Amino acid sequence: MDYQFQWRPVIQALPQLLEASLVTLQVSVLSMGLGLLMGLVLYFIRKSPILPLRAFATTWIEVARNTPSLFQIFIFYWGLGEFGIFLSPYVSVVAALSFNCAGYMAETYRGGFAAVPKGQNMAARTLGMTAWQSLRYVELPQVLRAIYHPMTNQFTWIILASSLGMLAGLRELSGETQYFNSRTFRTFEFFMAAAVIYYVITKIALLVLKAIGWNLFKAERAAK
Amino acid sequence: MIILENVHKSFGSLKVLKGVNLTVHEGEVVSLIGASGSGKSTLLYCINGLEKIDSGRVTVDGTDVHAKGTDINKLRQKLGTVFQQWNSFPHLTALENVALAPRVVSKLDKAAAREVAAAQLERVGLKDKFDHYPSQMSGGQQQRLAIARALAMKPDYMLFDEATSALDPELVTEVLDTMRMLASDGMTMIVVTHEMSFARDVSDRVAFFKQGVLAEIGPAREVMESPKDPDLQRFLSSSTR
Ligand SMILES: Nc1ncnc2c1ncn2[C@@H]1O[C@H](COP(=O)(O)OP(=O)(O)OP(=O)(O)O)[C@@H](O)[C@H]1O
Ligand SMILES: [Mg+2]
Repeated sequence: MDYQFQWRPVIQALPQLLEASLVTLQVSVLSMGLGLLMGLVLYFIRKSPILPLRAFATTWIEVARNTPSLFQIFIFYWGLGEFGIFLSPYVSVVAALSFNCAGYMAETYRGGFAAVPKGQNMAARTLGMTAWQSLRYVELPQVLRAIYHPMTNQFTWIILASSLGMLAGLRELSGETQYFNSRTFRTFEFFMAAAVIYYVITKIALLVLKAIGWNLFKAERAAK
Repeated sequence: MIILENVHKSFGSLKVLKGVNLTVHEGEVVSLIGASGSGKSTLLYCINGLEKIDSGRVTVDGTDVHAKGTDINKLRQKLGTVFQQWNSFPHLTALENVALAPRVVSKLDKAAAREVAAAQLERVGLKDKFDHYPSQMSGGQQQRLAIARALAMKPDYMLFDEATSALDPELVTEVLDTMRMLASDGMTMIVVTHEMSFARDVSDRVAFFKQGVLAEIGPAREVMESPKDPDLQRFLSSSTR
């Protein structure tokens, strides 16, 4: 072993790497947010009495959960080109990750809603609330509590999976790392540094989500 | 005034209501008694529109509950409902539980909604529980919370569906006392209950529900002390409370 570590190129590239980390974070937050919203919609239309809607949701969920994420990104980036739809790397990665996240979240929502007793809706409705108000003020807060933990896991997963974006040409953290690697050939150093940055991003994200949860779920804390 | 006319209701092939007639006047307390699974809850839910009916008519102050054009959310504000499983909102404090509907349904501002909520919580004896979460309250307290929550909408009628059946025996009294207080305040109430002493002492009239109809109905003492229906006689002698 006569490999000489050389960290200088990494340190020189650090500003760019950190900037690319912001892209990673942005893509992840956006995909998670969209995934949460679309997952909720999927959850509802899968219960719809209209068969084509139901079939649409089921297909989405099945494909999202049972095909490689990388393929999903390629479909949005290259595949849609066949139909004359050309998305930028950024848009296709966000689209693919949200597509994926929505599929998983639809399943998670199912568990979350099942955890809310039917009487909650009945009580809300007898107070004169509309179905929407009952959902918004009574059921969803409880669903959110139930899905919060799986949701944080999902978010970690998205941050890491966003690295696949480099294969669609996105200059997020992995893409940027690969770029510097190809110019300096300090493979180990660059990917080591990127791994550490991923680790730190993930940990910080979890801490932030924990703090948000701590503020959100006061009832939980009071019970203890 | 609540009027049920020839109300029919089935679940699939199971006929639960087979022509129920009942008129409840302002200020009246009517208790509904009857065997488990006979359809008492269903009857209440047909009044507040939680269940649809197959035929017949239910009117509240002249408004047809099940008519197409009826604004059911508006109508329900007149009809407070208290369930056996009190259904307190676990993510909200007692005060927030009660203030929620005044805020989002009646569109009161935050301060006004809290004021209404505080007044009703005081009324049911939960003055010292404003900031408690349901998980920190006993079943009896949660049921009184549910009553306060219904009262905060200023209902003209209260529907109670076995409000004390899920409670430990020692917690029943505090809830019954709250219901007594409402009755003496002149609230119009329909009370599905297994508490025979409540039915006898607090209600103006008692109705015995049997096989999809109200088999016997009359002044409380009369029905409870000299029942005519043989099934009611048997039902009353087998009821311990
Ligand atoms: N949503 C429903 N779907 C199908 N059957 C139902 C439904 N709700 C109630 N039933 C049936 O209708 C009948 C009457 O039920 P209901 O709950 O009204 O009785 P109850 O008199 O309130 O009984 P309990 O004293 O146990 O509360 C029961 O046989 C019940 O199984
Ligand atoms: Mg019942």
